Amino acid sequence: MDKQKKVKIQARNLSFFYEGGHQALFDNNLDIPEKEITAVIGPSGCGKSTHLRIYNRIFELYRGQRVEGEVLLDGKNILTPETDVLELRRRVGMIFQKPTPFPMSVFDNVAYPLRLHFRLSKSEIADRVEAALTGACLWDEVKDKLKKSGLALSGGQQQRLCMARTIAAEPEVLLMDEPTSAIDPVATLKIEDLVLELRKRFTIVIVTHNMQQAARISDQTAFFYKGRIIEVGPTKQIFTSPKEKKTEEYITGRFG
Amino acid sequence: MIPPTKPKYRPLFWRKAKDRAVQVFSVISLSIAVGAMLWILGTILVRGAEVLGWDFLSNPSKPYGMPDAGIANALLGTLMITGFSVLIAVPPALAAGIWLAEFGKRMPRAAAAIRFCANVLMGMPSVIVGLFVYMILVVPMRGFSGLAGAVALAILMFPVVMRTTEDMMAMVPDTLRESGLALGMTRCRVTLSIICRAARNGLVTGVLLSVARVSGETAPLLFTALFADAWPTNFFGGPTANIPVLITEYATNSPFEAMHRAGWGAALVITLLVLTVNLSARVLFREKKH
Repeated sequence: MDKQKKVKIQARNLSFFYEGGHQALFDNNLDIPEKEITAVIGPSGCGKSTHLRIYNRIFELYRGQRVEGEVLLDGKNILTPETDVLELRRRVGMIFQKPTPFPMSVFDNVAYPLRLHFRLSKSEIADRVEAALTGACLWDEVKDKLKKSGLALSGGQQQRLCMARTIAAEPEVLLMDEPTSAIDPVATLKIEDLVLELRKRFTIVIVTHNMQQAARISDQTAFFYKGRIIEVGPTKQIFTSPKEKKTEEYITGRFG
Repeated sequence: MIPPTKPKYRPLFWRKAKDRAVQVFSVISLSIAVGAMLWILGTILVRGAEVLGWDFLSNPSKPYGMPDAGIANALLGTLMITGFSVLIAVPPALAAGIWLAEFGKRMPRAAAAIRFCANVLMGMPSVIVGLFVYMILVVPMRGFSGLAGAVALAILMFPVVMRTTEDMMAMVPDTLRESGLALGMTRCRVTLSIICRAARNGLVTGVLLSVARVSGETAPLLFTALFADAWPTNFFGGPTANIPVLITEYATNSPFEAMHRAGWGAALVITLLVLTVNLSARVLFREKKH
């Protein structure tokens, strides 16, 4: 923890406006250290998901949303018009709240990003699909039903399939937007183990409304409240001796 | 397991070029569709506006050469035929749609068969419906009549209204049904006073759209209502003037320029009529969201 950490993503004076000018984020700064897990916590509607969705510019899908400030990925601002969003999203993968398997087989779900991004032979694709599914701790469960529809899996399996699909593209950063909120508790623990495993290879930012989850898996925690980052620090410190009163109130369950 | 090394990326250039090409293709296709529509509307507007006026709308049609000819009898006839077809088709179609949505689950096979029949009927060429009504009404009654036209349009309308009613009722969440039943209401009462009320705007929209759909139908009217250069005074027993057949007659069976012009005028009138019905359906359906 106290080793010299390389910063992967830096948010600088980041503000966000929804259509009609409603401001959702206020001048926030946040450093995401490389190959660590950063948890983003806070009550509903505090802007934590909004913050995350700036990192891969996925918010641009919706008209009228506007961002101010900078997000530096390896020191380079990604919010400029010159940034190639296809390349950005190749480097910054995302996993969503509800599992979103594509309407195709388990194998094809994972092979899709491989065929999309790389030129690979059939056997190379098969190898990499296996590697990605193994990396997502799903291989043993699905190796006999690779041809079945991805939608036929259980919710927890679907979510791990989505993780396999995302890591197959070999991104550098994984954004996770409440990845376990639609999953049952047992499957949630599996996914948490998986996230800890993925930490070795990827920089991870995970939004969660579950404080125990943040405490269990993250290295660093950022607490959002009403569009502002109230406190950032090592997870242990945030949960044992928060500096801000609001943070303490939130983690002790007095609101939110 | 292979080590997580990154293979070479495919160049983004081609992917983007393809993206562009597809978008350009879509926009071109879109402009063809919109262009055709604007062309048709524009032609009707320009040609129709030449003759449109109060006299044109208030005088009945007359044989060629007689002064002060208009289309008032055909307009009235169309309104009467459409109105009667609504009276004939809508009540049973609503009831059938409600049955399908609310009670069809108890008899899934019957419901599926009915749905299938409705779909077939919707896809049936309207000229066949016209011939059918010719056979069952015009021949036994020994003459064309507005009523026969209304029946033909009603047959076309029925499956459309039934299916939209079913869809609209199905959109009402089950929790609303459960809440009604939990208060001790009977299934019919829940359906009629809660579910129908929730779906009301959707039901009216379905009816309006079906009206817009059939009011321009020509083929079924050729065999049923036919046409007459007279006010529709004998709706139940004689040929009844109507706009679609007037347009057909003037456009195809008349060598006279004045008739062609009147046909354009009638085309404009029926287009505006259908447009109005469509727009009111739209407005009504939008209100539901608030």
